[in-house]
Parts: sequence; C-alpha cells; structure tokens
Amino acid sequence: MATPADDLSTPAPSRDMVAVALRRILPDESVLADDESVRPYECDGLSAYRRLPLIVALPNTVEQVCEIARCCRDLKVPLVARGAGTGLSGGALPLENGVLLSLTKFTRILDIDPANRTARLQPGVRNLAISEAVSHLDLYYAPDPSSQIACTIGGNVAENSGGLHCLKYGLTVHNILELKVVTIDGELVTIGGQALDAAGYDLLALMTGSEGLLGIIVEVTVKLLPKPECAKVIMASFDDVEKAADAVGNIIARGIIPGGLEMMDNKAIRAAEDYVHAGYDTEAAAIVLCELDGTPEEVDDDIRRVEEVLQRGGCTDLQLARDEAQRMAFWSGRKAAFPAVGRISPDYYCMDGTIPRKRLGTVLNRIDALSEESGLRIANVFHAGDGNLHPLILYDGNKPGELELAEEVGGKILELCVEVGGTITGEHGVGIEKINQMCVQFNAQELTQFHAVKEAFDPGRLLNPDKAVPTLHRCAEFGAMHVHKGNSKFPNIERF
Amino acid sequence: MAEHLQAGSTDHDAAAELAAAVSETVAARRPLRLIGRDTKAFYGRHVEGQVLDCACHTGVVNYEPTELVLTARAGTPLRDIERLLADNGQALAFEPPAFGDTATLGGTIACGFSGPRRPYAGAARDFVLGARIVNGRGEVLSFGGQVMKNVAGYDLSRLMVGALGGLGVLLDISLKVLPRPLCEHTVMFPLTQHEAIARMNEWAGRPLPVSATCCTDDRLYVRLSGSENGVRAALRDLGGEVVSDASEFWRTLREHQHPFFQHAGPLWRVSVAQATPPLALPGDCLIEWGGGLRWLKSDAAAAVIRAAAAAAGGHATLFRGGDRGGEVFHPLSPALFALHRNLKRALDPEGIFNPGRMYDGV
Repeated sequence: MATPADDLSTPAPSRDMVAVALRRILPDESVLADDESVRPYECDGLSAYRRLPLIVALPNTVEQVCEIARCCRDLKVPLVARGAGTGLSGGALPLENGVLLSLTKFTRILDIDPANRTARLQPGVRNLAISEAVSHLDLYYAPDPSSQIACTIGGNVAENSGGLHCLKYGLTVHNILELKVVTIDGELVTIGGQALDAAGYDLLALMTGSEGLLGIIVEVTVKLLPKPECAKVIMASFDDVEKAADAVGNIIARGIIPGGLEMMDNKAIRAAEDYVHAGYDTEAAAIVLCELDGTPEEVDDDIRRVEEVLQRGGCTDLQLARDEAQRMAFWSGRKAAFPAVGRISPDYYCMDGTIPRKRLGTVLNRIDALSEESGLRIANVFHAGDGNLHPLILYDGNKPGELELAEEVGGKILELCVEVGGTITGEHGVGIEKINQMCVQFNAQELTQFHAVKEAFDPGRLLNPDKAVPTLHRCAEFGAMHVHKGNSKFPNIERF
Repeated sequence: MAEHLQAGSTDHDAAAELAAAVSETVAARRPLRLIGRDTKAFYGRHVEGQVLDCACHTGVVNYEPTELVLTARAGTPLRDIERLLADNGQALAFEPPAFGDTATLGGTIACGFSGPRRPYAGAARDFVLGARIVNGRGEVLSFGGQVMKNVAGYDLSRLMVGALGGLGVLLDISLKVLPRPLCEHTVMFPLTQHEAIARMNEWAGRPLPVSATCCTDDRLYVRLSGSENGVRAALRDLGGEVVSDASEFWRTLREHQHPFFQHAGPLWRVSVAQATPPLALPGDCLIEWGGGLRWLKSDAAAAVIRAAAAAAGGHATLFRGGDRGGEVFHPLSPALFALHRNLKRALDPEGIFNPGRMYDGV
C-alpha cells in the first residue's frame, strides 16, 4: 500500500554518492547499496508498510556510528536507526532517500555489576538475553514485551516498551539508569548515570520513547531486580465483560498491585484455547488472569484477598493454578493470543490504545458496533491493570479494500480511546502507523512544541524524519478528509 | 467520584490568568521567578525576576482510586493531596518531602524531590503521567495523560520534573498513586557505614519487602512494608532490633528535621551508585536510598566533592547553604549543556522562566 509520507524537502542524493562516503567509514561489506541486499530491511514488524532504503549501514563500533551521523548531517541524508525490526508501528520503516542504520552488530553485554544490580549493554542485546545472562545471580530485567525473545534493548528504549508486568514493575523508562547517545552531529553524549538520578533536565525520560528522532542509542545501563521468590496465578471467568472490568478495579481498590493483570474477551479466549489448549473457559464472556508475586507469605495473603474480590464480583468460575506447569499453561494462552488470532484470520491488525479502565464497557460496546458496521471481526486482549487495550482487527489482505477498511476501523478505535480520556498508543509507539491520529490527540500548538524539541536535538530534521510527530500540513490534510466530531481540528490552518 | 474530591480546601482554576501573565511578560521580555508557597526557595541558584505566584491555581481535578490516578492543580497543597489519598488507603509512593507545611504539588514536582521510599518504589518522575503547562510563548499545552501507559509524543511531562520551573509553568499534574502498605515495621542494626552499605545492597538483591533504609551514627535503619505475613516473615529473616515510633523517624528524616540536618553550614546531596563504599571526604555523612544518596555536611571544596561523586558514577548538589550564586548543581559536559540550552530555548524562547536557577545560561 502507499505509505503516508509527507513531502520531503531534502533532494534525493544518489545511492552511489552516499555509498562512497559510507565506505570511507565502514568496510565494503558493511554498506549495502543494491535493491536485493537492502530488501530484508524494507519493513519492521508492521509489514503492511514497506519501502526500500537508499543504503543500509552496518557499523560495529560507536566511533563508526559517530562518523556515519556526521556524514549524513554533512550530506543532508536522513538516518533511520533500527534494532531487531520487531516494532509494530513502522518506526524503523526506511526512507527511499535515507540511510538505514542497523545496530544488530552491537550485541555485547559490556558489564554486569552484581553489587549495584545493573547491566551495561550494547543496544543490540536482546531483551530476554539480559535476564538470561543474570539469572545465575537471581536477578532479572523486568520489562518483558511479548517480542522479548527477539527485540533489542536499544529498540525498547526508543519505544519505551512495556510488557505484561508493567503495572507493578514499570516500563522501560522506569528500569534504565544511563544511556549513551550519538547526536546527529556525531557527538557521544552520556545521559543519566550510574546513580538513581542525574544533574540537569531529565533527558533520560525525554530520550526514552522518542522513536529515534532525537539521537542514536549506542549503550544502555539497565536496573536489575531480584527474581520474585514465588508467583501464583488465578484465572476467573465472567459472563459479562463489564463485570470483569469492575472486578479488576476492585482488586486494585483493595490495595493489591498484582505482578500481572490481564483480560481477554470471548473471541480472544476461543482463538487462544483452540491454539494452545490452556484450559480456558470458552463459554466465558471474559477471563481475568491475575498473577501475584513476592515472598510466599505475601503471595498467600494476596491470593486470599483477590479470590474474595473476584467471587464477590460475580465470577462464574475461579481457578488457582495448582503448580508451575498450570501457571505456565494459563499464561501460554494469553501470550499466544496474537498468533492464535492469526490462525483464525488470514491477517490481523493489532491496535494499542490505552483507556481509563472504568470506560472499558463503553469502549468495548463501541468497538462491537464498529465491528458490526464494517463486517470485520475484532478480538480484544487487554492489559487490564494499566488500561492498555489491544483490539485485534481480523481481515484478509487478499480481498481488495480490506486492509484499508481495517486501517479505517483501527483509526476510529484510536480516536475513541482519545475521546474517553486515553491515548492512541500505550506501548507500540506512533511510528508511521498512528501518525494521523497524533493530529487527534494533540493540537497544533502541542505538535509545534514537539517539533521545537526535535530541533533542539536535530535542527536539520535528519533523524527518522516524518515519524512519530506529524507536520501541521499533514494534519490539515488528514483533517480535510476526516472531520472530527463535526469540527476540523485545525480550523486556522491553510489547506493546500 | 465527587465524594473523593472533598479534601481540597480551595478550588480555583487560574490557568487562564497564569497564561495571560506569561504572555504579557514574554512581550516585555521580563524574567519571572515562579513560586508556589516558596518553601523551597533555599534550593537551586538565586533568581532575579518578577514573582509569578502559582499557588492560586488549586484543587484536585480528578481522582479515581481504582484507576490509581490523581490529577491536581499545581498550587494544591501537598498536605491536602496526601490527606485525600490517605482517606482512600492510598499514597504518593515516592514519599515527597514537603520542606514546609504549605508546600504545593507544583513546587514538589518542579524540584523533583523524592523521599525514603524512592529506591524501592520509584522517584517523583516515575509517577508523573501527564502535565498541562504554560510554555514560554504563553500557550497552554497538555502532554502525557491520565493513563498508566502512554507513548504518544515526547515525554515532556516527565521532562518538567526537576526542571525547576525553567521549561514551563506547571498547571495540572497527573500522578500514578499506589495503595498504602497494610503493615510497616522498622528494624535497627548497629553497623558501620561500610558494613551498612554492603548489607543494604545484599538485601536489595533479594526479594524482600524493604521500603526504606538509612544509616546514621553507625546505625542502619531498615523499614519493611507490605502484607502482614510478608513483613513478619522478613522480620524473622533479617533480625535486628524493632524500632518503636519509626514513622516519626522516617518523617523527620524526610523533612530534614532529624538532628543530623540541624546544621548551618553547607549541606551536600551526593548521589552515587548504590554500592559505592563510604566516600573519602571530610565531614559528617548520612546515608539513604540503599547507599545511593549521601547527605554530607562538609566545607570541602566543591571540586573535591564533585570529583568523588563523579568517580562513583554520580553527581553532587549543593543542597542548602553555601554560595547560591555559584554552581549549585553538578556541571554538565559541554555537549550535554548545549542540549540543555537548546531545550530551554525550545520551550522558553525568551528565557523568562526562572533564568539561571539551574545553571547560568539555562
């Protein structure tokens, strides 16, 4: 499909010219400059958007990254950094006139400090590899995005990745201490530090989730946590989605912060059960999975209280996983929910809104209506503890117009999330995918402020341009074809 | 929801007035000194400027205990917010010090202060979900939101935390709140600082319900928080002497009313990697945050203290006393300073908000 790119003011430099410049920095084999070699980089985890980069650069030293940045700045060539390419919002989608900077060669764990419980990592270290490397110390790295087997820590920082346990243990931004970042001027800047805070503005927070628009992350120090001694999971069935959502609220109202608190609707339950036979109640309108972790004494206290809340909340069935095998089985269905849905539909489109939990009933009803209206089935998987909703829109990309329809329905769902006081993206990032919905979430002055922040780091707008923050021109065009609540979002902007 | 909103004594939305005041000042290019109740006037560098009183913008805008989210106007007294949360069995888990009875939420967030629970629960910035601000163009802007997970746009709300008002006037702040622990006990161990640092870090590597640590006068205080049985089990595991009236101990520590802080000379806040052994610096030292925070009463030269902090992966702040016209905060590398200057210009082009409170030129 056509990528919704803005007009680029930069004139396209020739592939040969850029290749020659980069080969002064990198060995020949680390500069890919023909269509066939760059094709594997044409998309990230959002495969509906594809574009061949001008060049792919594969550095393996920080000094090379600095030189590449300077080279791109001098040639005015855009630069898109990429980790494992598992992102779901097209943040690493290449530019035809730009260099794709792959950081996959930076796979070393530089240091593990058991006394301070930190690890210093190159950006290409895989998320799960961190926990594996410190497991013998009974430590782990808490954020666990579902792609953790493949995704890398550099990408996690760029996207501020979450996971199943972030209500209790936080997102990436809560679990890192220090970054080394290469600026577009090729300078290596240390942000944060080895202490719990650092002097100056909180650039660590600003850099986290900035989707590669402010700098290139070349080193990350993460915090490590002690592995919980004990974890138990309860599964409860409900005959009504709103009852399930209320029960989740009541668990929290009782003063309990579970390690994981997930909810699935009937379509997602059936798909998951067919796929992994987790023992889910396929008659339930919704199931809630609640994991308590901590010391055995704490977990026992909390389990009792959670059981009471769920029963009082009208659950139709309640099961405490009797052992580790059953605990893993209960989670297997939730963790396999996306591929499970992939089995019942040729394609699916995964949304990522966050809403105040109390609005879940309204939102699910409206999603049902959108599903009926469009004829597309929608399954819902919900990080219930933190309000992050993943509607999965089922479609068939081979049927003409269905992808576009799925995208349109997805866009409406995101706008619904904003309308009820939530956000268009909880953890997948804006990238290229949700760039139009940014015009709904933020007004022209706010977007202008974002652009000013980018200019503070990257005045030439060369780092991952046209992602994450839309131009006002783009919003004006989007507004013209898409009038929100009867009002254009940017009434004062000239239309082109 | 309405029943949750009654603890605030006054309720006044002054956003439009504050934005108008900023717009006027931008036109005149006059510097502003932003204050709430000015309880933290001691902190940061000296600022010359016309006072912009933000304490008139008060009231809890939204509080949903089951959503774990509270939104309040920046001038709301911190004490009112804490009382409201306590009435609902919740709290600000970063245990902010108030440093004065009238302290406001805005001042607390602008200073980015966190209390004893910080290493175990997170800092002020970790709990900020969203902020509405007035930027240096007099525009009212909203960033972040009222939900736990939100990666739309740059995280400008967290950027405001600890920025000392230099990047914008805080209007409304949304915070993640947490349940109060059901049970809390504090135990004491007679240990040298060297031993205490090793012990705190050893325990931090184990899944124990530790929620605060402090070492002073060769005594290590450890607070345990959680469920009744969880805390009891940890007490059996750790041993030590149970401290009565411990909440008063942690309160005086947090508010710097503990005898250690009764001191007229310069007080340094040295933030280092937690397992760093005692710093070889002259003067008295009190240790918090599992070893990560060292309060130091010392007349040693700033350069000496800063070199020791930097060698331990951290930084040193002249927290109270000393020369408030000099470098109060740890100097930044030239590249980092340039980014600070650019960022300041991006949010406050005329440089009117608290100029120089953090660094000269920012």
